[in-house]
Amino acid sequence: MTDLTRLPAAELAATLAAGEASSVEATQAHLDRIAAVDGDVHAFLHVSADDALATAADVDTRRAAGEDLHPLAGVPIAVKDVVVTKGMPSTAGSKILEGWIPPYDATLVERLRAAGLPILGKTNMDEFAMGSSTEHSAFGNTHNPWDLSRIPGGSGGGSAAAVAAFEAPLAIGTDTGGSIRQPGAVTGTVGVKPTYGGVSRYGLIAMASSLDQAGPVTRTVLDSALLHELIGGHDPRDSTSIPEPLPPLVEAARQGALGDLSGLRVGVVTQLQGEGYQPGVLARFHESLELLTKAGAEVVEVSCPHFEYALAAYYLIMPAEASSNLAKFDGMRFGLRVEPQDGPVTAERVMAATRGAGFGDEVKRRVVLGTYALSAGYYDAYYGSAQKVRTLIQRDFDAAFAQADVLVSPTAPTTAFPLGEKLDDPLAMYLNDVATIPANLAGVPGISVPNGLSDDGLPVGFQILAPAKADDRLYRVGAALESALESSWGAPLLARAPELG
Amino acid sequence: MSTISRDEVARVAALARIDLRDDEVDRLAGELDVIVDSIARVREVATPDVPATSHPLPLTNVFREDVPQPALPVEDVLAAAPDAQDGRFAVPQILGEE
Repeated sequence: MTDLTRLPAAELAATLAAGEASSVEATQAHLDRIAAVDGDVHAFLHVSADDALATAADVDTRRAAGEDLHPLAGVPIAVKDVVVTKGMPSTAGSKILEGWIPPYDATLVERLRAAGLPILGKTNMDEFAMGSSTEHSAFGNTHNPWDLSRIPGGSGGGSAAAVAAFEAPLAIGTDTGGSIRQPGAVTGTVGVKPTYGGVSRYGLIAMASSLDQAGPVTRTVLDSALLHELIGGHDPRDSTSIPEPLPPLVEAARQGALGDLSGLRVGVVTQLQGEGYQPGVLARFHESLELLTKAGAEVVEVSCPHFEYALAAYYLIMPAEASSNLAKFDGMRFGLRVEPQDGPVTAERVMAATRGAGFGDEVKRRVVLGTYALSAGYYDAYYGSAQKVRTLIQRDFDAAFAQADVLVSPTAPTTAFPLGEKLDDPLAMYLNDVATIPANLAGVPGISVPNGLSDDGLPVGFQILAPAKADDRLYRVGAALESALESSWGAPLLARAPELG
Repeated sequence: MSTISRDEVARVAALARIDLRDDEVDRLAGELDVIVDSIARVREVATPDVPATSHPLPLTNVFREDVPQPALPVEDVLAAAPDAQDGRFAVPQILGEE
């Protein structure tokens, strides 16, 4: 019998619809896989076997009764622990939320449940999504399935590693500066950051509200499109949610897979290549450009001069917004409460003791940094100036999209680095996100598609960016590239990943 | 030589309501220079003629009818609280003295 954990979500869905396997069998196969390999990978913080099997059994019953089901009904999924799930732990990788059971579901989780996707569990991440390696989790490292001594990217390293290790066919991630796309690149998986406002943020534990966006983590471009269509669209509970319907994403992926990109202009961003990018990363990037040209696309060079300032602006805006959002963790209404060791037990002193004990180093660093940037006398000079850079980056995008339908770059400058290598050097860690951050500042959508292995035998990602609300272009171009690459390789990239367990 | 002093870090940490150990204050005093470097970089291009953007897509206020919606059950919410009493959150004393 087929190993159900090896199938992409679309094929697993077809297998279930044809009655060749049940959702209970598919869900159990993934739970077995988690039991076999997650001791090494540590992608999951919590496995919800009973909940997942109950959903699967319900879907099987409804299918047997001839009910009209969602195309992904019965296909299991893993959810990043920053997304709240009713009755299931949701820690965001922080000690301050250890043991907290949310009383409600995020909108996107409601949609997963309504469509009958069994939730396998919650995936590991950098604490409150602050990091690029998942090493800032309060609950231990996640290991890259390609090389267990290396980082799986971050902050959504757990979701990417779970999908790369065949522990789940689908996962949910969130992307504030690259936390879906960079883990995708370093684990050989597909990750999509939708247009800002394209997927509801209701029930996401917020880091930087003007940048955060949830999106799909999968092994194929088509699977991302299927999941994106399920979780995306307007939500009255998120006032920044886009009211118009999503463009047809699944259709765009199917169209793209046919391989014809004639008439499409692809803009290579001058500022997102060269210095700081590994030679193997650049070599794969140029090979992929050739494949796009062969598919009929015209490749042009575009300049986005202010992208060089994106990292600096991001490291003013993100901590400022995070310091404000994380004020809610005060030890009063949920999560940890710690009393001061001596002196009066007042609310204010309990808050400070709770936050001192409950937050990890990186969270303290960013909250203190953000508080400084927003404190009296500094607001205009710091946050205000960074917001001006945001305008300049948007103008660069506008000018670039006047010359090209999509923009492309390597997703991350390097392949996965060894665990521990950059933990004590925040600036080196932040450089990982140099190519992904501009999209968050401008709100435009982006995808990372695995496009080969570097000289060190580790996966590399190809980033495609599209104008706001034109997420369909990501899927058209992404599927065309994926199809051309897989024809040249003869198999998906993950077929070359080492066996685990 | 760090630009942001230990005292400044301690002052900001107090504003942020985070108890820091002495060694944490020392480390952060060195690391917060990143913000000084960032602002120097941003100021190269953030000139007075450039308008600020607070939000990636244009936002308009969202109105809806003022219709009561069911709230979360009080017992579910309090079950997740550090302390509760008589159907409410129980918190330490708010003021410094009685």
